[in-house]
Amino acid sequence: MGLVPGLIKGLGVTGGTMLRTIFPDGLKKPIPNPVKGAETVQYPHEKEAPPARARGVIALHEENCTACMLCARECPDWCIYIEGHKEKAPPRRAGGKPRKVNAIDRFDIDFALCMFCGICVDVCPFDALFWSPEYEFSEPRIADLLHDKSRLSEWMETVPEFEPYEAGSEAKLKKVPAT
Amino acid sequence: MRMERAVTEAALSNRAQLSYIAAQAADARVNVELETEGMTLNIGPQHPATHGTLRIIAKLDGEQVVAVDPVMGYMHRGYEKLAEVRTYPQVTTLINRIDWVGSFANEVPFILAAERLMEVEAPPRAQWIRTILFEMSRIANITLFLGDMGLQVGAVTPAFFAFRDREHVLNLIEAVTGGRFHPNFDRIGGLKDDLPAGWITETRRVMKKMRQYCDEIETLVEGNEIFQARTRGIGVIPAHIGLSYGLSGANIRGSGVDWDVRRDSPCGMVHNETDWKVWTHPDGDSFARFWVRLQETRESTRIIDQLIDNIPSGPIMAKVPRIIKVPAGEAYVETENPLGVMGYYVISKGELVPYRVKIRSASFNNISITPWLLKGVYVPDIITILGSLYFILGDIDR
Amino acid sequence: MSASLNILGELSYWQQTGIRVGAGLAAVLLIAGTLVYLHLFKLVSFMQSRLGPMEAGPFGSLQLLAEVGKFLQKEDIFPRKADRFVFAAAPFVVLMSTFLLVVVVPGGPDAWFIDTELGIYLAMAVSSVSVIGILMAGWGSASKYSMLGGLRATGQLIAYELPLILAVLGVVIQAGTMNMQGIVYAQAEGSIFGWDGIGNPYILTQGVAFLIFMVAMQAELTQAPFDMPIAESELVSGYMTEYSGMRFLLFFIGEFATAGVFSAIAAVLFLGGWSIPGIDPNDNIMNVLGPLVMLVKIVGLTFVVFWARFTFPRFREDQLQKLAWKVLIPLALTNIVVTGILKVAF
Repeated sequence: MGLVPGLIKGLGVTGGTMLRTIFPDGLKKPIPNPVKGAETVQYPHEKEAPPARARGVIALHEENCTACMLCARECPDWCIYIEGHKEKAPPRRAGGKPRKVNAIDRFDIDFALCMFCGICVDVCPFDALFWSPEYEFSEPRIADLLHDKSRLSEWMETVPEFEPYEAGSEAKLKKVPAT
Repeated sequence: MRMERAVTEAALSNRAQLSYIAAQAADARVNVELETEGMTLNIGPQHPATHGTLRIIAKLDGEQVVAVDPVMGYMHRGYEKLAEVRTYPQVTTLINRIDWVGSFANEVPFILAAERLMEVEAPPRAQWIRTILFEMSRIANITLFLGDMGLQVGAVTPAFFAFRDREHVLNLIEAVTGGRFHPNFDRIGGLKDDLPAGWITETRRVMKKMRQYCDEIETLVEGNEIFQARTRGIGVIPAHIGLSYGLSGANIRGSGVDWDVRRDSPCGMVHNETDWKVWTHPDGDSFARFWVRLQETRESTRIIDQLIDNIPSGPIMAKVPRIIKVPAGEAYVETENPLGVMGYYVISKGELVPYRVKIRSASFNNISITPWLLKGVYVPDIITILGSLYFILGDIDR
Repeated sequence: MSASLNILGELSYWQQTGIRVGAGLAAVLLIAGTLVYLHLFKLVSFMQSRLGPMEAGPFGSLQLLAEVGKFLQKEDIFPRKADRFVFAAAPFVVLMSTFLLVVVVPGGPDAWFIDTELGIYLAMAVSSVSVIGILMAGWGSASKYSMLGGLRATGQLIAYELPLILAVLGVVIQAGTMNMQGIVYAQAEGSIFGWDGIGNPYILTQGVAFLIFMVAMQAELTQAPFDMPIAESELVSGYMTEYSGMRFLLFFIGEFATAGVFSAIAAVLFLGGWSIPGIDPNDNIMNVLGPLVMLVKIVGLTFVVFWARFTFPRFREDQLQKLAWKVLIPLALTNIVVTGILKVAF
């Protein structure tokens, strides 16, 4: 039947994996160390760092936002709630007219609905929204997943700088505004 | 408890019981010599073997199948209807979730159809990177299949190896797009963003690892005599029957048909800039389909290796307006997705939202052959054959 | 444990029996627990590049205790159409055969439960009782999946009883006795073609029988590649599907306990049981060392069983039967003939 070779080689694969897990440094250090050899990351004690572009949570840079409502309109889930008002700001030059600016009263993102698609971040014309790789914000109550303006601004501290691009790219590197 | 049972039994008269049994016998097959009765076995919708919520109603005679009736639709999410009221970027987000294992590949034919309607072509750099990510999603998808096929047949270890090694590819995809399973990266006219520094070296390292994984699976699963005894000669699909049922992808290539949309009708992707080969196997059984997919994964790693060596420099996005209104018209684009041939038929009336998006998904057609294929087969072979046809429920039900 | 140990010799019959029963329970359950932890949780996890349970106790050593606690507090579910007595009794029947099996395994020159001339014959006869338990579980669950699993199991277990027994016959011919202690002594004091450096462990001289025994044992335990009855990807758990809570735990422990006990029998038959080459088997120190040596051998043999279980896919039912009837039984019969001839010739 030719039964033996394939089966034995299969045993060799699993046996080899077991030995590599127990002795990750091979013959150099024959002390069993499976915690290092296994691929498991023991989550609450050790954490893997997600890449800088990972879509963890959305951060808001309040000063840039003009309540133009583009993000709220484009969101596929309609999970962004914006309320704003117009107020008068001092003129840019001395002796000029006071200008009307939009100020936001309420800017909530409901992360229970959010699909983490990033359309709001792409569409914002004023670069007020940024992605942050933070993912540990689960709550015992669903209502607490509605992040309001202040909480979204707190996430700005966790937004990493944009990474430089590969050689040959003509894309312009954007900058994260200082908070 | 005892009282309750007595009451229930007395409630059904003898006449009612007899007519119930008669109805069952009329539905089942009765073997006159041995006086056996056929049995209807419901595999699914909750079942470890069907990749999701597929229901297979199997009428059995002992351990042999007499007739099979697949019932799909338990996961229908109404994509085609949703697409009628979503803008193009929003539709791109949604269709990521059709075949959730090889996710980037779902976006590509839709974007290509929209680009054809807008008469815009993505710049070469975008086309290259699009192809690379497309092949990566194929690797992510098929490595899962390779491990999962072992699981269907009874070996639990290959599945763990599959998830372990798939992580590397998913990390690569996450480093570029920000999402492991739902990249949402393709845009009409190009891609959302460019590659981060260091990605190309990382990709070369990961491709070597994936080839090592393929070798491991070859030794552990494909070379295993028990696996071969379980899959050789099981579920043979002759080429003409497969084509008439609309099979595509590795399923039809496992029956010897030399057809690959990447080579024969490429559209917007640059596979033919590299030196690659289409793998076919003449047998048409479950082993052939497994073998073809294993070779395809290796071939994808080689394609990616060749592509990342020559990515042209340039812009990543063509000049498209910020708010996209696709001009009126209709376009159909199909691509060789990991599961088979996937096509999008987009009809636009010149508005922000498409008028109609018809999704031709690969797994829907792949499943349609099961009533024909599963006649006369043993119960364990149902699972082997379904595993070798490899469908994802999101792709069947959309 | 027996009359020759001074302290116990003064105890009455009932007290001795009580100690024997307690020791039997401890032997089975402790072995099962060790095997579950060491093999199922740890070594197999390493084969799959993962760590296994790590939170309950240091390195997950108390995980089995946690699982026992979890199962004990689950609801005892009976399917509505199930035959309650059959459904409830099935796990106990399966476990009973394991406990009956362990009484014939010796742990040392004076550390045994019973010492009878029937020895291995009793073990083989009793191991068939578990088939009834599995059939009861499959039929009593009133579910098509379970029934399929039970029927498959019956066919498989009956088919693989024969190679098991025929393989053992070769050992019995060579040892000249069916008494388990006698077999251990025959290996410890025997010699291979005149050289008695390591005694005569039958794994060397009855290698073919050893392989047949291991394969048949794998099938008797319904472990992959012979786990059609439990085929997880098809039958969701075969005959065990409808069980939950304590009854499921009994099946689970029974599976590992039976693996341990069968390996103990294999260790006695083929590896020399509790004896180590180099130490005189009649020495009193073997009463203490013997059980430890047995434990090491049991762990080694079950490692092979689990290694095969987690590497290989499963056979289809008809391929299973073909293997048993067309390959293993002729091989075992040839082995008996050759052993008989060689035994008479030398």
